[in-house]
Amino acid sequence: MTETSRLWPCAIQGLIAAGGLLLWFVVTQSGEVSPLFLPAPDAVVNAWVALVRSDEFWPAVGVTLTTIAAAYILAAVAGLLTGWLITRSPLLTRAFEPLVSGIFAIPITLFFPLFILLFGIGQESKLAYGAVYGFFPVALNTIAGFAHVDRRLVDAARCMGLSRFGLFRHVLLPAASPVIFTGLRVGFFICFASVLGGEAIASAAGIGHNIALSAELFEPARMYAWIVCVVAAALVLTALVSTIERRFRDS
Amino acid sequence: MAAISVRAVSHSFGLPGKQNRIAALKNVSFDVAPGEFVTILGPSGCGKSTLLNMVGGLLSPSEGAVQVDGTPVLQPLPERIAYVFQESTLFPWYTVEENFAILLRCRDVPRSEWRTRTLAALTSVGMQDFAGHYPKQLSVGMRQRINLARGIASDTDILLMDEPFAALDEQSRMVLGEDLSALLGRTGKTILFVTHSLAEAVFLSDRILVLSARPGRVKATVAVNEPHPRPPDFMLTSDFSELRNQCYALLRDEIRLAMAEAVA
Ligand SMILES: Nc1ncnc2c1ncn2[C@@H]1O[C@H](COP(=O)(O)OP(=O)(O)OP(=O)(O)O)[C@@H](O)[C@H]1O
Ligand SMILES: [Mg+2]
Repeated sequence: MTETSRLWPCAIQGLIAAGGLLLWFVVTQSGEVSPLFLPAPDAVVNAWVALVRSDEFWPAVGVTLTTIAAAYILAAVAGLLTGWLITRSPLLTRAFEPLVSGIFAIPITLFFPLFILLFGIGQESKLAYGAVYGFFPVALNTIAGFAHVDRRLVDAARCMGLSRFGLFRHVLLPAASPVIFTGLRVGFFICFASVLGGEAIASAAGIGHNIALSAELFEPARMYAWIVCVVAAALVLTALVSTIERRFRDS
Repeated sequence: MAAISVRAVSHSFGLPGKQNRIAALKNVSFDVAPGEFVTILGPSGCGKSTLLNMVGGLLSPSEGAVQVDGTPVLQPLPERIAYVFQESTLFPWYTVEENFAILLRCRDVPRSEWRTRTLAALTSVGMQDFAGHYPKQLSVGMRQRINLARGIASDTDILLMDEPFAALDEQSRMVLGEDLSALLGRTGKTILFVTHSLAEAVFLSDRILVLSARPGRVKATVAVNEPHPRPPDFMLTSDFSELRNQCYALLRDEIRLAMAEAVA
């Protein structure tokens, strides 16, 4: 690919975003859609400015981000550890790989009420819910990554006399890391989505709670203002995650 | 004492009684003396790689025993044996030079010597300009040459080589074969070699073991009484073509057998 052709995907993305905004504007101007469902862009912008200036904005953002971070750290550490330990034995791998992927196929959302019962309406239930949901993709990909390392490379390493740690550091980890990274990324966005979703369903604080509350109070502009914040956060986090991933892969 | 001693080795893959159980080797015995170059010749699938894996300590035989320097082989012996695999086993996430660094670190070579040792090994296979390349940036033949150079750089007394020249063109094979013969004359390494090329087998070996179709048995042993290093002119002698024809005669029936079985 040449330098100029790299600009095309960005141009297309920009065009789609601009088209979406235009559509939003035209639809709200036409009066066909009730402003209760979709307020005009300028109303949302005004609501957003008011929201960011309000006293409740940063505390809500702080609560949600802390919960996401804590849930993700738990999910990642537990997932990596579990995946590594299971793949230490071919027997355990064969027993657990289908088990873990089977559980991941169940919509864990169904158990959300149970999390509320166990951990209460506070952030703990959202933390636990996000951590459990995020755990599975991390564990699953860690198992897949370590279990399917090219046998011949491991044999070659053993014949060269690599130590157990050397084998891990120079063969197993580099071989497994692309797959593990995918798991970590998917796990992150699942944590992000489940904490916000959990907050929207049953919570007393956080961004998700405020989105649900705004809807209940018939304040659509405010609800969309919050959603704009979530979209912005998602974009920033996506960029951040891919930067970290690239850094790690290059080293 | 023999450097490598293979005693009544049989091997089968798969669980006993299962339909997919395959007898790969049957009652194979031979010795390799220190400094000797022994080639295993045999039809595809007759168990050559399996045999090398056993000597390399990666596989234990169903029956029989393998000894190196009089000690049973129970695991890889990196101090004693280097193994050049049939396909390149360079680590794809490391450059050629980093691949060598992993090996040299294992061999306790001081870091200051890594670069010179790596370049010397690469030069011996004509790959000195590719130290900074990743394996996937190289052709199959280039990777195989580097794989071979890495095996030799291990600097062990015993070298196991599984078709190290298979992906190379005939001319490169010949040149590298001459180099290998020279190296052998100089360092006195013990080499157990697998090839499909009759000319290569005769040119390099002190002794050729011809294996039968699967399950592999030692069908015949052909001795090549010609000192190392061997000049390329050796290939033009009548001795050479006679030995080559002898090997071919021994092999062709086995190859037909192997192919007939594959079709059936
Ligand atoms: N891990 C394995 N599991 C089951 N069967 C195997 C395994 N490895 C080898 N075999 C079988 O054992 C036989 C011998 O295999 P091997 O790789 O030793 O043959 P080879 O002589 O090296 O063949 P080639 O010249 O094609 O490399 C083959 O028939 C193969 O199907
Ligand atoms: Mg083979």
